[in-house]
Amino acid sequence: MEREPIFRDYSLTGKDSGPGFTPGEWYSSPIPRKRMKQLMRRSDRKGLINNALWIGLTIATGCLLVLAWGSWWALPAALVYGVFYGSGADSRWHECGHGTVFKTRWLNNIFYHLASFMSLKNPYLWRWSHTRHHTDTIIVGRDPEIAFPRPPSLWGMFINLLYIRAGLKEFDRMARLAFGIMTEDEKQFLIEAERPRAFWTSRVQLAIHASIVGLSIATQSWLPMMLVGLPSFYGSWLHHVLAATQHAGLAEDIPDHRMNSRTVLMNPFFRFIYSNMNYHVEHHMYPMVPFYSLPELHEEIRDDCPPAYTSVLAAYQEMIPAMIRQQKDPNHYVRRPLPQYANPTPHYVRPNIVFAS
Amino acid sequence: MSHWTQVCATDDIETEDLIRFDHGGQTYAVYRSPADEFFCTDGLCTHEHVHLADGLVMDYIIECPMHNGQFDYRTGEAKRSPACVSLRTYAVRVENGYVFVDFG
Repeated sequence: MEREPIFRDYSLTGKDSGPGFTPGEWYSSPIPRKRMKQLMRRSDRKGLINNALWIGLTIATGCLLVLAWGSWWALPAALVYGVFYGSGADSRWHECGHGTVFKTRWLNNIFYHLASFMSLKNPYLWRWSHTRHHTDTIIVGRDPEIAFPRPPSLWGMFINLLYIRAGLKEFDRMARLAFGIMTEDEKQFLIEAERPRAFWTSRVQLAIHASIVGLSIATQSWLPMMLVGLPSFYGSWLHHVLAATQHAGLAEDIPDHRMNSRTVLMNPFFRFIYSNMNYHVEHHMYPMVPFYSLPELHEEIRDDCPPAYTSVLAAYQEMIPAMIRQQKDPNHYVRRPLPQYANPTPHYVRPNIVFAS
Repeated sequence: MSHWTQVCATDDIETEDLIRFDHGGQTYAVYRSPADEFFCTDGLCTHEHVHLADGLVMDYIIECPMHNGQFDYRTGEAKRSPACVSLRTYAVRVENGYVFVDFG
């Protein structure tokens, strides 16, 4: 008789929670110190060019949407505007959260708060959540940002193209935090000193969104909401398509980002929207390298890493079958091949793992 | 009581950079500022014990290579979360081209 698969508990307070690896246990491809310093260097100029272009395109396409409103031309205008607003903001929230985009700290902070608002994210909660994600990348019971816990929800992935599941969760979180209510998982990573700031930011974000809804009601028009708020849903699909490739279907509980993350080669437009996060192995191995230096970092360590996927399609061709198999086999994952002369994954003891039958 | 320990030659550290120095079972970070002054702090980030020697020095700030926690290495003061606890600092003197630290 076939036994029911046993899946693990991905919550941070559940039966599979426990200690992660120490920082020294995680594998890093060797890079000379001089080169690493060059790669980590920040540039206000590069950060401003990228972000000014993004903001400029967002405003320009938003103006097109306003001008086209009332005609069928509003539809393509909204589709383009939405991608710059929803997808462009999500990657910029992430980059500025790492504090690596600009040399000048206040520039990072301004764009971080702006992009967080546009992505419906609480900047304080997410900074700490993402800190944990980098400490314990895809470690079950430790990482609060495992997007595809086994069995991975393909339906969830599909409806999240319109940010429906995750976006509504962010709105729920915004409302909760505005009232000072946190979940037990959130209490695991957001330190007490930051909580008042998180609460107040949620109140401000909620007030702005409520004002936009009020403006739409007062003007009897969807336009204000189509410009602020709704693009996070109808425009973030490109980000979700690209970001799903980061870790889905790969190994859990291994202190080697070459095994639990994907680097996928993409066209320049995708890389602009996605802020080069397609170099995801490199980003996790060296999170303080700014996005504009990730292609160079990729060249630096490529001989020590599994081959990059040649396209988004190639990543999905491997990922989707693995996710389908994981519906019934919690122990299945994609094993990434290392080049012949690459350093192997160092010996490690898997923390707290429970093998399913 | 002072216990001055020779750590390195001044030329062993580039301007606006740092090195790791292990002594007595502890890890320290020794810095050379843009103005060619030398400083010393504990070597592990107070957030998650990552070696600061792999981080980036920008002016008088050392940035943790893992989570972007930042410290003023002259005073040890934590300047950016997730670093919330300051680093301990140690007295430094330079003599005949060598850096000495008082580890106490």
